[in-house]
Amino acid sequence: MSGSDPETRDEGKDVSAEGRDLQERLSKLDAALKKAKRPGKDDARSQSSMAAGAQGMALALRLGSEFAAAVLVGAALGWFLDQFAGTRPWGMIVFLMLGFAAGVLNILRSSALNKGTGSTGG
Amino acid sequence: MDPIHQFEIRSLIGEGPLSFTNSSLFMVLTVVAIIGFLMIGMQSRSLIPGRWQSLAELSYEFVASTVRQSAGNDGMRFFPLVFSLFMFVLFANLFGMLPYAFTVTSHIIVTFGLAMIVISTIIIYGFVQHGTKFLRIFVPAGIPGFLLPLVVAIEIVSFLSRPISLSVRLFANMLAGHITLKVFAGFVVGLWGALGAGGLALGILPLAMTVALTGFEFFVAFVQAYVFTLLTCLYLSDALHPGH
Repeated sequence: MSGSDPETRDEGKDVSAEGRDLQERLSKLDAALKKAKRPGKDDARSQSSMAAGAQGMALALRLGSEFAAAVLVGAALGWFLDQFAGTRPWGMIVFLMLGFAAGVLNILRSSALNKGTGSTGG
Repeated sequence: MDPIHQFEIRSLIGEGPLSFTNSSLFMVLTVVAIIGFLMIGMQSRSLIPGRWQSLAELSYEFVASTVRQSAGNDGMRFFPLVFSLFMFVLFANLFGMLPYAFTVTSHIIVTFGLAMIVISTIIIYGFVQHGTKFLRIFVPAGIPGFLLPLVVAIEIVSFLSRPISLSVRLFANMLAGHITLKVFAGFVVGLWGALGAGGLALGILPLAMTVALTGFEFFVAFVQAYVFTLLTCLYLSDALHPGH
């Protein structure tokens, strides 16, 4: 704008009047746009929060299944050990606890993975 | 109206454990659809791909980049397996979205079978390639000696839980999604039957929910196929590089 200053100064009054008019119209338009946009903005936000909710649910299901699977495997191992070695109930108690620990390990791993930092193997 | 009815296995040909069931039929359909899709896609083999060729190339690129990112370049030797798994799970999930179709992946024995393919590949390849060194995946580095037995036991349980979590996740997502869809769709008819015309008007609400859930289920079908593939790649990378 400032580069073309000397030329526009000649008809400065006219331009400034026109410019003021333009400014006014622009600000009016801006306000109208803002007004019109507000519901749309909320809509977009709710949509993105829904997508985030879906992602969160997928993550929760994944972490939950990791944990539950480890506990189940621990319990099953302990039960079979008890069946074959006759150590009831110690095998199940010990392996259930190991299963809980493994579940926490699984969750730690997959959530570290989620951030894109860790690796699978320890 | 029974939301579980859709998962019933019916024998179509033959009797007993070796009969050809509706589940088998949809597995065959899935495989035929995949082969057909890729054959049509690769028919022209032009430098500038058409629609079908783009789709086929897109699915290749997608799986290939997943394998490269999570299992490294050596992981590409497992690409045929991973690609087959991805396409099978994806197509089976999407087939389940058709009305009156049977969802193959909503049965845990199917997903467990797929998970066992992955885990046996890892174990066999790991032992063939690394011998007993493969057992190092159970021994993390930098653990003091007195803790070692405990940590190794935990690692073994964690390893054994992989096929369970891999299969349960896919199966539970598909089962839960389809039951939810059916229940909400059932509300529409149920309201109509219970309240007459007013119920029909009220039924718009569950109908809208059903429409939204259908879209969500398509999303879940894809995401679960992707998660299955991604975890397969991560487990395979363990077989390639045991004990970091």
